[in-house]
Amino acid sequence: MSQTQFAVKPARPWKLTIRSLIPDILGALFTVFGSLAIVAVTPLKGKLGFALVLITLAIITATTVSWLRKDRKAAMNSRTTVLVYIAAAFVIIPLTSILYEVVRLGTAGFSLRIFTEDMSVTASETDLSEGGLLHAVIGTAYIVFFATVLSTPIGVLTALYIVEVKGRFAGLVRFFVQAMSGVPSIVAGLFIFAFWMIQMGNAYSGIAGAFALTVLMIPTVARTSEEVLKLIPQDLREAGLALGATQWRTVATVVIPAAKSGLVTAIILGIARVVGETAPLLVTIGGADAVNLNPLDGNMSAFPMYVWKNLLIGSPNAISRAWLGLFVLMVLVLIFFAMARYFSSARRRSA
Amino acid sequence: MTIVAPDKKVTPAPRVITTEPRFTDKVFRAVVTGGGMISLVLLGLIAYFLIFNGFEAIRNAGLGFLTGFEWEDAIPEIGQDARYGIGAMLFGTIVTGIIAMLFAVPISVGTALFLSYYAPEWLKKPMVIVVDVMAAIPSIVYGLWGFFVFMPHAEYWAKLIHKYLDFIPIFDMPAKVFTRSPFVAGLVLAIMITPIITAISREVFAQTPPERIQAAYALGATKWAMIKAVVFPYGRGGVVGGAMLGLGRALGETVAVYTVLNLVYDIRIEILLSAGGNVASMIVNKFGEADFVELQALMAAGFVLFVVTLIVNFIANFIINKTARE
Repeated sequence: MSQTQFAVKPARPWKLTIRSLIPDILGALFTVFGSLAIVAVTPLKGKLGFALVLITLAIITATTVSWLRKDRKAAMNSRTTVLVYIAAAFVIIPLTSILYEVVRLGTAGFSLRIFTEDMSVTASETDLSEGGLLHAVIGTAYIVFFATVLSTPIGVLTALYIVEVKGRFAGLVRFFVQAMSGVPSIVAGLFIFAFWMIQMGNAYSGIAGAFALTVLMIPTVARTSEEVLKLIPQDLREAGLALGATQWRTVATVVIPAAKSGLVTAIILGIARVVGETAPLLVTIGGADAVNLNPLDGNMSAFPMYVWKNLLIGSPNAISRAWLGLFVLMVLVLIFFAMARYFSSARRRSA
Repeated sequence: MTIVAPDKKVTPAPRVITTEPRFTDKVFRAVVTGGGMISLVLLGLIAYFLIFNGFEAIRNAGLGFLTGFEWEDAIPEIGQDARYGIGAMLFGTIVTGIIAMLFAVPISVGTALFLSYYAPEWLKKPMVIVVDVMAAIPSIVYGLWGFFVFMPHAEYWAKLIHKYLDFIPIFDMPAKVFTRSPFVAGLVLAIMITPIITAISREVFAQTPPERIQAAYALGATKWAMIKAVVFPYGRGGVVGGAMLGLGRALGETVAVYTVLNLVYDIRIEILLSAGGNVASMIVNKFGEADFVELQALMAAGFVLFVVTLIVNFIANFIINKTARE
């Protein structure tokens, strides 16, 4: 008697097959063509009409199909699935539109020449073949540089206080830093205006803008650094202390090096947060058309300021300039964003 | 060879064990503590300088500063005193905030659910990046995009709403101007705060205990039944907190609202009409040509905005922290 051996192929009843997908596909086809038909024969017209009909019909179709095939619970489940997909689409649409329009309208007058000229001899209304945004490049560079230099130590020290020293006020500081990240940017600007201009009697300058951005940057740096420091294994700290190192030596030679790429991420995220801030700069740096190499004195420009100024002028060429400035600003923000992602993923790989 | 033992036994003096930190640690802790306190000091200074400079305006107007509708400079020729009140602007700020929440909260919760439980694996990562990029886009970008690209669409939607729903008072139109209305501003704000609410909601949804999710599935629950029975009760606090965090952002937003909202010093409930108010935008609007007295009133307005957003943020963070700890 010979035994036949069967290699039992694992059945995967949950796996989607073409057969099980047929009702869904038919439903989707019905939804799309049904909406097209309804838009064609009824007074509902245009993209908006189509979208409205499509959404309504998709929900109705999905619900009915599952109700007929199974029961009410399955119908509610299908309805939610459709709704959730629609919600996700509503998030993607604006971003796509923003990126598309910024590139389309912003690259119109783009050339490398704009980084070598300022607006001191060019009116905003003139053609975009003249003038550039060198003054905004230099202004933003100064302002962001000083804001970073000021906020990095404060932010990192705050995180160290919460995670390493765990002082008596750690909870309080954490809570207030969280709340501080919600301070409206215009309030930060007004504060610097009240302190630096009214109280100390200074004029508009780049450094005042940097102070205002520092207020906004500290919470981002502090909170991200805190998250990073918390991820450092407790073993590392205990190893340092067990070898007889003081807390200071442990933090400086073990914790900080281990958290280095995370702290860099925190700083970059902070920069990305403030580089496009407009409102605080409107009340602190004054705005300028010419290159100003002195951050401590005299009106200064910056990308957001440049965009704002041209937007308020409002002539077609000025609007084009505003979009041009916006394009450069967006590229800058996305570069910082990509850098932050790169460093944080580098951290995850090494950990 | 002999080893000569010492006459007396030498016992080393016992090492003094102490929890007293070394000198370097004392310095380290002092420096770090000092650095940690700077944020608290800064918050205090913000409140102090704004109230110090705005005190005169609040004292002159009293409670009327919060309830008054007028923003009039003094005109000595006709003997008119300066009258500053931010009532209309505060009302408008709250109206646009509510409109933004009405649209942003359902979309954000839906997106967070999508990311946590519905999205196919390959779509999750790009979608998270999309949400993060949206949060990183500066508000001036939303301002220009909102004005030039989004407003024509929103205007059309507003006309449709008015056409079919004008029997509801808030959709009524005394004058047919649909641009730069609280409705448009609210929609732009909704787009801006969606990533914040989505991120927080996703975080709390991710903390739902997996064994409870599996238990619900094992009992035969559909995905939606599982979400209703497990995810929502567990993450409700986080969603509420995230929504309030978004509200705080919406209340304090300046330049994006400035471009898509027409500031009118009057309380109007018709949200489709081109007349609204916003404290932050008003500050930017009036700042340029403000004299010293008006500047004081603007500082006071900034102080009110600061206090309102701080309270909203306090409550939001309190709820989120409480949910995260449970």
